Amino acid sequence: MSKIVKGLYYTTTHEWVRVEDGFAFIGITDYAQESLGEIVFVELPEEEDNVEAGEEFSAIESVKAASDVLSPITGIIVLINDELEDGPELINEDPYENWIVKVEMEDKSELNKLLSADEYKEICE
Amino acid sequence: MRKTVLYDSHLKSNAKMVDFAGFMMPVVYTSITEEHMYVREKAGMFDVSHMGEFYVKGKEAEKFVDYIFTNDVLTMNENQVLYGMMCYPSGGVVDDLLVYKINRESFIMIVNASNIDKDFKWATKNNTFDCTLTNESDDISEVALQGPLAEKILNPMTDYNLSNLSFFTFIYTKINGKDVLISRTGYTGEDGFEIYGDHEVIHKVWDEILEAGKENVMPCGLGCRDTLRFEVALPLYGNELTKDITPLEAGLGFAVKLEAGNFIGKEVLVKQKLERTKRRIVGLTLVDKGIIRHGYDIYYEDTLVGVVTTGYKSPSTGETIAMAMIDRPYDKLKTELLVDIRGKKKKVIVRNKKFYQKSYKN
Repeated sequence: MSKIVKGLYYTTTHEWVRVEDGFAFIGITDYAQESLGEIVFVELPEEEDNVEAGEEFSAIESVKAASDVLSPITGIIVLINDELEDGPELINEDPYENWIVKVEMEDKSELNKLLSADEYKEICE
Repeated sequence: MRKTVLYDSHLKSNAKMVDFAGFMMPVVYTSITEEHMYVREKAGMFDVSHMGEFYVKGKEAEKFVDYIFTNDVLTMNENQVLYGMMCYPSGGVVDDLLVYKINRESFIMIVNASNIDKDFKWATKNNTFDCTLTNESDDISEVALQGPLAEKILNPMTDYNLSNLSFFTFIYTKINGKDVLISRTGYTGEDGFEIYGDHEVIHKVWDEILEAGKENVMPCGLGCRDTLRFEVALPLYGNELTKDITPLEAGLGFAVKLEAGNFIGKEVLVKQKLERTKRRIVGLTLVDKGIIRHGYDIYYEDTLVGVVTTGYKSPSTGETIAMAMIDRPYDKLKTELLVDIRGKKKKVIVRNKKFYQKSYKN
């Protein structure tokens, strides 16, 4: 059974959003990292890139396959987690601690369209 | 969906199962890298019961196999195994396969699971010889024990002394009293064995080998089977070989004996050999960061010059490497090319495709 953290927002495509100080931190869920298997590379976007809800902004490569990461929300990337450049496996180790990007949201009401932990849990079953 | 006799064993070992060529097969048990390194350093066991087995029997069995197979069947010894292809008249590949010679009137052909039906139709259509061809795939299971410790683990269990079994030969013998065929062959670049038998025999052999090997052996999935074969540049049908790729373009000329026999496709291959192929499979190393995958396009400046056939981050060396079919003259060693990774062009360098040194027993 994969882990789901309460209080985060989720997408049907297995990304999560954690809101802190008004910023959105985005990562992939435990279910996503489990399905991918060993992650060997994370293709990171650039800081100051725009992201759009539902659009791809990063790609995660496991030994076996590449998988796009879609942004749950629209905004501007203010930070990338560059620890992932040399430590892509950090996402396997703790997918909820190791966010990929920090985003300044354009429209916080977009968060209402995302899933709660309970709603997301149903998708994973 | 079909299951092999080991299906329940895989579930018990927590395998992640996938559909492969119509069979539910284990892709990974623990992690692809761990399983990969186990085969390189100790031993790993694979369920390869999905592979196809055809028997050829009769007076002209040898002539028939020689007619459909690119390698030289006429000089084979009894109990020898030979690698080669079946080709179309165009020189493109029907499948790559192993041929086992029992005697001049009896051969076994081991074909890829995904091609069993196609191969059987093709071979049957071309069997105008005095011999029978039968598809025994449903009645035979197969496991592969691969890695430097394979002989040490298996030898105490067999009637035959496996240290006398040389590379690419086989023997009918017993494992703990049960009838099997064992060949010193594999698809990993390591020493090892492929073991064929009835379903129930293989079911037991799987458990017995895991028990006897203890911490020196682990079950391994199709995931690491692919990374292992890739690192030693062994081809995979569908990637390096297709109906549109000839064995010469794939760099497998060693398995095509143009001076011997008269097999299907020979005419085109002889011509291709004399004129040289217009493209060939080479190795690539990615200079920038990222991973290269099957199907990515390769450019020289703005010109499309090829396509990736297989790519991985090598579990053994850590480099991002690939095999790719490249048009001449962009195939020359050290040529700088670009690979299109999801719309971004990144630098690759042409290299020898022996990414990792094979360690076979002679």
